[in-house]
Amino acid sequence: MRVLVCVKRVPLTGGKINLTDDEQAIQTRHLGFTVSPHEECGAEEAIRLVEAHGGESVALTLGPAEAEEQLRDLMAIGIDRGIHLLTDGAEWDPQATAGAIVAAVKAEPEPFDLILFGTESADAGNYQVAIRVAYALGLPVVNGIKAITVDGSSLRCEHEVSGGRDVYELTMPAVVTVMEGINLPRYPSVPGRMRAKRKPVAASEPARVGGIESKLKLVRLVLPEASGKQVEILGHGPEAAPRVVEILQEIGVL
Amino acid sequence: MTTLVFVESPDDELSQQAVVMAGSLGAPVSAVAIDAGALGFAPAAWAQTLVDVARERGATAIVAAGSDRGNEVMAHVAAKLDQPMAANCIAIAAGSPATVTRVRWGGSLLEEAQLDGSPLLLTSAAHAVAAEPIAAVETIALSDGVSEADRAVRVVDTVPAGGGGVSLADADVVVSGGRGVGSAEGFSVIEELAELLGAAVGCSRAVTSAGWRPHSDQVGQTGTKISPEIYIACGISGATQHMAGCKGAKRLLAINPDGEASIFSSADYGVTGDLHEVVPAISAEIRKVRGS
Repeated sequence: MRVLVCVKRVPLTGGKINLTDDEQAIQTRHLGFTVSPHEECGAEEAIRLVEAHGGESVALTLGPAEAEEQLRDLMAIGIDRGIHLLTDGAEWDPQATAGAIVAAVKAEPEPFDLILFGTESADAGNYQVAIRVAYALGLPVVNGIKAITVDGSSLRCEHEVSGGRDVYELTMPAVVTVMEGINLPRYPSVPGRMRAKRKPVAASEPARVGGIESKLKLVRLVLPEASGKQVEILGHGPEAAPRVVEILQEIGVL
Repeated sequence: MTTLVFVESPDDELSQQAVVMAGSLGAPVSAVAIDAGALGFAPAAWAQTLVDVARERGATAIVAAGSDRGNEVMAHVAAKLDQPMAANCIAIAAGSPATVTRVRWGGSLLEEAQLDGSPLLLTSAAHAVAAEPIAAVETIALSDGVSEADRAVRVVDTVPAGGGGVSLADADVVVSGGRGVGSAEGFSVIEELAELLGAAVGCSRAVTSAGWRPHSDQVGQTGTKISPEIYIACGISGATQHMAGCKGAKRLLAINPDGEASIFSSADYGVTGDLHEVVPAISAEIRKVRGS
């Protein structure tokens, strides 16, 4: 089977987010980057499906030249090749992003059986790119999936709900958005990293469908107000235990 | 002018919040729940029904809760109408274009944006406004516009979760361990304290990535969102990914050897020190107080 996973490069924000002076982006000068967590699991799932059923796994990203680093990271754990839709680094809105992905999928010589996304990106969290892509390609789509079973061209997908799991059945080709927890992504090996350097990445500049003006336009980013909490230090080391227990009694949980 | 709100059920708190937020657009609010009969939950069919009802009633906006289903159904609506959608808003104001403030990074960052759509499509972030009982919820059947393709993807079965233990999402007390626990075996001190308190055991993403605990224990932006009376975070530095999952906790007690760790800036109570010494001491003290 041919499996595509769509991923986004996002900063590793650590404990505190700082903004650029123009309030249009996160200050990333001192930060590393990664793939959104749900999507990292999507890549692992693509690799496992191809290991089990044969075929090819492909990772696609829309982002700046530096996002090739994320494609190489995924190729190091087993993705076969990359598709890089190059931008100047400015964020694309969900409709434009979906349009570019659809065009790239249609340009492939052979269709994909399965297109995986994360349910939402770690940073923007728009919850919609995958569903827009599915509609544009005329494919069925299921959301927030934590287990995928393939049987021929049938897919059984499970979505966690309070107290259990909802089960969906659909026929490929299909679009599935996955959530962290569907698997535990593997770490790259040294030989894996060496192989990744030789794997192909097709880079191109995507056209912006629907014009340059975004209909969901970022005006500025704002840091939420600090909690204003002043921490009460109960003590240092094991000597703090009696004070902790007093607090637990005051709250009524003991 | 009317604003259509998709309500998951009349007593669903997040849906109640969505109705309150929809009111700030200024138009009369029409709250609808969907009874799909034997079909059950089928996101495309539910979305088509909202599209048809919105058109019939001349709705200028469609709003839902920023829940799993709310965001999913609204994304289907957005794709069907080829209109923009703003997910997880904490504030909205009508206008041309409309102005929204929405959540990024699970709430660690906010975005002010212009939403230029017709109808306006948006979801409300959890707990951005206080819930109020909904005056009237109209239950509607699937519309005639629902196609066979819309019905094709639906919930065909629901399997119960494997039981046992205190549910992380509903627990009154959660005791979590982070990278500072050091190993899977290191969690024995966390488990011991949790058992004494009748608490659920949680962990940070670093711990699940290392394979020390299952993902179902993870508190965070990509894990479980918790809202206990008290959250006891042991050896957790306080990355934004983690804090997005525990900001619903009423009180936070942080135990960390590094007094400068960012978790202390969100904590109500703090103990500086090694969790492997502090946590067993707390367990021993509880036993002593209980006289056992």
